[in-house]
Amino acid sequence: MSIEVKHLTHIYNPDTNMAKKALDDISVQFHDGEFIGLIGHTGSGKSTFIQHLNALLKPTSGEILLNGKNIFDPNTHLKEIRQRVGLVFQYPEHQLFEMTVYRDVAYGPTNLGLTIEEIDSRVREALAVVGLGEDMYEKSPFELSGGQKRRVAIAGILAMQPEVMILDEPTAGLDPRGRDEILGAISQMHQKLGILVILVSHSMEDVARLADRIVVFHQGKVAYCGTPREVFSHARQLEEIGLAAPAVSYILADLRDRGFDLPGDLYTMDEGAQAIYEALQEKGL
Amino acid sequence: MIRDITIGQYYAADSVIHRLDPRLKLVVAVAYIVMLFLIEGPVAYATALAALAVVIALSRVPVKFMLRGIQSIFLLIVLTGIINIFTNKTGTVLWGQGWYAITSGGLLFAAHIVLRLMMLILTSSLLTLTTTPIRLTDGIEYLLAPFGRVGVPYHEIAMMMTIALRFIPTLLDETDKIMKAQQARGADFESGNLMQKAKSLVPVLVPLFLSAFRRAEELATAMEARCYRGGEFRTKMNRMVFERRDYIAVVVMVVFLALEVILCIIG
Repeated sequence: MSIEVKHLTHIYNPDTNMAKKALDDISVQFHDGEFIGLIGHTGSGKSTFIQHLNALLKPTSGEILLNGKNIFDPNTHLKEIRQRVGLVFQYPEHQLFEMTVYRDVAYGPTNLGLTIEEIDSRVREALAVVGLGEDMYEKSPFELSGGQKRRVAIAGILAMQPEVMILDEPTAGLDPRGRDEILGAISQMHQKLGILVILVSHSMEDVARLADRIVVFHQGKVAYCGTPREVFSHARQLEEIGLAAPAVSYILADLRDRGFDLPGDLYTMDEGAQAIYEALQEKGL
Repeated sequence: MIRDITIGQYYAADSVIHRLDPRLKLVVAVAYIVMLFLIEGPVAYATALAALAVVIALSRVPVKFMLRGIQSIFLLIVLTGIINIFTNKTGTVLWGQGWYAITSGGLLFAAHIVLRLMMLILTSSLLTLTTTPIRLTDGIEYLLAPFGRVGVPYHEIAMMMTIALRFIPTLLDETDKIMKAQQARGADFESGNLMQKAKSLVPVLVPLFLSAFRRAEELATAMEARCYRGGEFRTKMNRMVFERRDYIAVVVMVVFLALEVILCIIG
């Protein structure tokens, strides 16, 4: 499914002295099957933005087209939109409530009014995608580890079989191992299902590894939008708006300032090492 | 939405009313409310209403914002009015007969009650809208302190109030978030009969209770880690001091109360 956002503006608490423009004329497009990284500092409007994508928030002005259809049209079925656009909130494990993992994941499909067989197959499929086996089905979600809980919550959304999957800071508050588990599961999910994935994060490293395209939010506006190469070539400007580019970008930028001939669009460790090695050889060192 | 609930909310602005001593505001609000139940006659009420309007204007809280607080209990006010119209049978009959007769006395009494209720709510919401929760509980603690001698744990009461007020917006936000998260999983809170609606709230209430307990535990730990052990020997960072504007407010209030007494006697 493709998403087209046109001139989206959202103002919180309008008409009071607490009025705040959270989104300011956002226009951006996401294509089917893409892996999008959405980054921005705290308060840049990214969480507000994604809540518009499945119509949980209504914009002050502007529109969002899902496959060409405006979701804020009064005739649109909200439940259908929310099924097609899966949204995993921050700390999604806080929404778990059932006695067992299986029943919690089944909550969404049950709300869709599916048959028991269909629910069962969806639950099994969703839990398999996030890497949780049958031995987990009857456990209470509250006795799992942080990373496992979060995977259960993600499976709960996956079982809705959405055409777009949006994840808001899925690695926040997890230890490195839990973080790798989650990112692994998300990358797996993207490869297996081939759906549009939007990953919200403030960690450049996470996003750099996985995303095809990066959208940078700053003060409710899109500051940069492009491939990781394009976006990270603005390392200095990113720093000015409170974001850090991957460490490699800094080393390369510093070396360029000292007269080395290095490309400005590298951001992974391997590429960086290779480029530095070549530059050193050229100088005959 | 759930965010529209404004009970106990503070409206940040810089006004004379905001800057008044919280102890004074508490006493004045209580005195005004007690007065509302004692005065009689249209002139006395009009004066009280005018005074309230002046204070609201001085507070710089938008009227729209004030009325939003009333909205949530609008049904209660209307219901009270209707019940009073039909239960009070004094004066002349204007319409109907028997149990559903509407009398002039009933109408007057109902209008009276509705007006009184609205003024009461406006006064108390004005108090919380113009006073930060911290200052409010500081004021309450001070005013309750004399009862400490007869065993009232006034510091603990004030601390509980501070915490409760502090967590109202947090828990409302949390509720909003959990509801959205469950809506994203196809939950439906609007349709169905009462039983189904109640059942649909389970996926909201369970996580909400869990989070409330988690927060309570974290807060208790954080307080203990900073050696909190109740009110004994505790001093305040911001001491409340009566200033010129507070003395002026006292004089204004006393004059106003005297005026109301006179109006009631001659009215």
